[in-house]
Amino acid sequence: MTSLPEQTERKLGLAIDLDTCVGCHACVISCKGWNTENYGAPLSDTDPYGKDPVGTFLNRVHAYEVTPQDNAPFTVHFPKSCLHCEDAPCVTVCPTGASYKRTEDGIVLVNEDACIGCGLCAWACPYGARELDALAGVMKKCTLCVDRIYNETLPEEDRVPACVRTCPAGARHFGDFADPDSTVSRLSRERGGIELMPELGTRPVNRYLPPRPRDTLQGCAPAPQGDPSTEGLTGFLGWIDRTLSRF
Amino acid sequence: MPRQPAPDLSPRVSDEIRRTTCYMCACRCGINVHLKDGKVAYIEGNRDHPINKGVLCAKGSAGIMQHLSPARLRKPLKRVGPRGSGEFVEISWDEALNTAAAWLKPLRETAPEKLAFFTGRDQSQSFTGWWAQSFGTPNYAAHGGFCSVNMAAAGIYTMGGAFWEFGQPDWDRTRLFMIFGVAEDHDSNPIKMGLGKLKARGARVIAVNPVRTGYNAVADDWLAVTPGTDGLLILALIHELFRLGRIDLDYLIRYTNAPYLVNAEEGAEKGLFLRDETGTPLVLDRRTGQPACWNAAGVQPDPAGDWNGHKTVLRLMAERYLDPAHAPEAVADRCGIPADRIRAVAAELARVAFEEEITLNQPWTDFRGQRHETMIGRPVSFHAMRGISAHSNGFQTCRALHVLQILLGSVETPGGYRFKPPYPKAVETHPKPHAGVTPGQPLDGPHLGYPLGPEHLLINDDNSARRIDKAFTWDNPMSAHGMMHMVIANAHAGDPYKIDTLFLYMANMAWNSTMNTSEVMQMLTDTDESGTYVIPRIIYSDSYSSEMVAFADLILPDTTYLERHDCISILDRPIGEPDSMNDAIRWPVVEPDRDVRGFQSVLLDLGVRLGLPGMVDDDGSARYRDYADYMVRHERRPGIGPLAGWRGNGDGAGRGAPNPDQLERYIDNGGFFTSHIPEGAQFFKPWNQGYQDWAVARGLFDKPAPYIFSLYSEPLRRFQLAAEGYGDRQPPDRLRERIKRTLDPLPIWYEPFEDAMVSQGDFPLHALTQRPAAMYHSWGTQNAWLRQIHGMNPLYVPRKVWEQHGFADGDWAWLTSAHGRIKVPVARMDALNDNTVWTWNAIGKRRGAWALSPDAPEAEKGFLLNHLISELLPDRGDGHRWSNSDPVTGQAAWFDLRVRIEKAPPGPPSEPVHPAQVSPVGQGPTTLARHS
Repeated sequence: MTSLPEQTERKLGLAIDLDTCVGCHACVISCKGWNTENYGAPLSDTDPYGKDPVGTFLNRVHAYEVTPQDNAPFTVHFPKSCLHCEDAPCVTVCPTGASYKRTEDGIVLVNEDACIGCGLCAWACPYGARELDALAGVMKKCTLCVDRIYNETLPEEDRVPACVRTCPAGARHFGDFADPDSTVSRLSRERGGIELMPELGTRPVNRYLPPRPRDTLQGCAPAPQGDPSTEGLTGFLGWIDRTLSRF
Repeated sequence: MPRQPAPDLSPRVSDEIRRTTCYMCACRCGINVHLKDGKVAYIEGNRDHPINKGVLCAKGSAGIMQHLSPARLRKPLKRVGPRGSGEFVEISWDEALNTAAAWLKPLRETAPEKLAFFTGRDQSQSFTGWWAQSFGTPNYAAHGGFCSVNMAAAGIYTMGGAFWEFGQPDWDRTRLFMIFGVAEDHDSNPIKMGLGKLKARGARVIAVNPVRTGYNAVADDWLAVTPGTDGLLILALIHELFRLGRIDLDYLIRYTNAPYLVNAEEGAEKGLFLRDETGTPLVLDRRTGQPACWNAAGVQPDPAGDWNGHKTVLRLMAERYLDPAHAPEAVADRCGIPADRIRAVAAELARVAFEEEITLNQPWTDFRGQRHETMIGRPVSFHAMRGISAHSNGFQTCRALHVLQILLGSVETPGGYRFKPPYPKAVETHPKPHAGVTPGQPLDGPHLGYPLGPEHLLINDDNSARRIDKAFTWDNPMSAHGMMHMVIANAHAGDPYKIDTLFLYMANMAWNSTMNTSEVMQMLTDTDESGTYVIPRIIYSDSYSSEMVAFADLILPDTTYLERHDCISILDRPIGEPDSMNDAIRWPVVEPDRDVRGFQSVLLDLGVRLGLPGMVDDDGSARYRDYADYMVRHERRPGIGPLAGWRGNGDGAGRGAPNPDQLERYIDNGGFFTSHIPEGAQFFKPWNQGYQDWAVARGLFDKPAPYIFSLYSEPLRRFQLAAEGYGDRQPPDRLRERIKRTLDPLPIWYEPFEDAMVSQGDFPLHALTQRPAAMYHSWGTQNAWLRQIHGMNPLYVPRKVWEQHGFADGDWAWLTSAHGRIKVPVARMDALNDNTVWTWNAIGKRRGAWALSPDAPEAEKGFLLNHLISELLPDRGDGHRWSNSDPVTGQAAWFDLRVRIEKAPPGPPSEPVHPAQVSPVGQGPTTLARHS
């Protein structure tokens, strides 16, 4: 068993805008690219050109279809990665101390040197956010690009997670939820940011900004008629005359 | 609590960043390629680049896996097995180029038209077209004819530009954005970035699409239109705007031909503009009640006048579109959208356009010399692509959409649609098509262009086609991009004539880039009575072991996009932005580790071997060392070359002598060049003196060329007049009625041809494809990362049909069209038009291709709808086979397809099953990890 910090100085995480996410998978692949080259073991792929290609990803986009009773069906694209929970069950279940939550910023990480690949953490995570790498035999998960966000070799504007930097629609926001004035805190407040499955008591840091109401442009009241009427060709020609007289 | 580990938080990311241009789709974003130990390690977006400003899509980030693909070709190949088998031997470049030259030289000397050179996803069309012109064959085009020529041509003829490369919404100011038939491509990142801006400020997005995925999924409002009826919907919106008096009259009078008088007198001039003796169109001057030249000083045109029965364009439009046949309730059922909803959308368009008017305090001067103190904008914008374009009524539907934007007064105004240099450009200033062949000589002009009347058709006296694809004939007079989808069928049929060599580049025409795939494969392998192939020779250039490779006799292996020079040229498909003209290069950020060569350099080499004018100096030696040298030193007009940046001594923007240091300057600048448009010239470009002068200075044209928009299109009317019997060039009788009906000078809607020709009882459903955001064409499936997202493609079935047939998860179905039958896996989808099924495009693969294992899901469960779509319409029994194309432009009518669905025995494979091709590159590795 590994213990969690009582509290962290900052709560770094993502605010993901489900109203804006088009499900393009840019974040998925950018994450794969960065994390194959950086923090810990590469994200491997087995049978990559065969019948059953399976690789390790730290971030995946799921698509869900919603069919309301009284309106048109719609699709929600739902990017999912580690939520960096404050009560992270993946940490407390770790038998070696490999899984840990950083005291300074709350990022949940795996120390691969101490990971024995037992998979208990993936079992404990209710979100399915961890994947055991088949080649390396160690547990992989979102690091919030801990090797980008503090990386002094990168330009300051690039010190954000790879998924945030690349998101074409700007649907992913990175910041400190412990700071009420941060962009992510503000967005979460304004847009009713939600925790994922709060009933589990994991206290995720990440927030999802829910889709705005859809299909509100329905049968309208008859548009105000010009006076006199613009109906028909006669009405239209009358409208032309009146309009020209104002030029 | 144990001490926390201390990971390295500042690892060195790479040894070096090289900035070049992406080629994972057609967006052409800027990328930073990180190298470690000289190898590509990581790709991210270039923050400075005008197209993507740092972001990058899934394809772009996965470019590393394309660069490292096991399907990369390694050396030139000569076919040794039968065509289609994939049996090759590797040969040297010398042998390959000598073989090609030996095949082509006699053709050039005797009958250049026997070479058909067609390029697919070619981003060097101004170069490949120049090569083909120098060779002298009329048979050249790229893939536009089966992509979105309807959109492009309708835009050019109407307003001098269309969407995507031509222009885009004013993302920073638009408050209502409406998209028609847009999948997650064309273009990709810029639309996502724009949607993000709109979403961030809560602007409304309305999507018209039978399928609610991607951009349509995030749209605030979704209209699940029935395929092929978008034009009807747009004309109903126009009906509403006329009915409510919600059109921008001042804009229409100033900037369009709305007030032109149309000749009503019976005869050869009927329907053309009334003109004075100098040929200047006339309007009705309100001051005098008499006709006057449209551009006369002080003239006050009456937009709705009727002078002795000659009515203005706007008057004709009002009469047509106010007809109750265009009312929302008249079209609601057909479109699948309630009349109230259509009215609500029209009202919202009108409300935002006129009640949320934008005023920029930016003076400007128009082409009449009138100074304006402000710029008035209508913050409504549109975007549309293949969904409305790829129908047999697509040209007129696209015209209708362009006209809708113009009626709202939103084109080139703040908040509306904005042109991107080198556009806007009037249709009259584009080239005309050419097919003048002289053995041993170049063609008499550029292949493709925009006909203004029957005199520009490429036909012989007997109306037979001069081009192999029959572009620019009475069947499809305005086929501005050629008709690539007809090439193989026509070459196989020897109609209009036989060819000798089919030369293709980046065009997977034996698979997903063709209609009627199974039969096309047979056409490519068919032999005559003597046992020789009906299409005698096929040369193909590709970087990868695609399906088309197996059908070629000679393979010229291309590099990957990270190993090559390219220019993203303003002479070609440009990457302008509304506020700037831009171009860019690719350069070899790494050298190939195989014996492959960039295709453009190979083409130059071949040109030298053939002695083609422009490619050799007087002594017969090569004028250009390679394509990079061509990019720098070639000039189209004096001082105008493929690249606009750093010309002359390095100060030249657009104009200037070749600069030997030009490529270095591009590389130093991140791979691209930008020249900003002055603030007073950024809107009203077709009519803005400031813009016109800037464009001349930048070499976009040689003298100011202001023009007004064509609500009414005279070139279309000229073809109608011919069909009515006027003029020297007369269409065949079989086409007269169709031309009269479909080449209407004002937008119309008519039923898609397949809807009209097949029994809707037998084929009750529409079938569509669209491209996913994370895969592009056939290129993606070899990509180990992307194929984990889209490894197979189910047929998505709407709930009503799903329940009616009792489908369950995991089921398979037969899908049958008038042309064929395929077996496919099905999945339910509710956010879908009730009468439409669809699937992702180009996921299905032939066994053995792309270095995938033969049991790859792309082959077992993936499939192509292409098998169900014929390049010809069902036989009418009139002795003529009609192309499955738009009757105006020849655009392939992919989305006219109608089908029926039935339950099939469960389980793979999807059908038809084609035998595996032998892979000339073996199969990919069994695991992947770090690549640098």
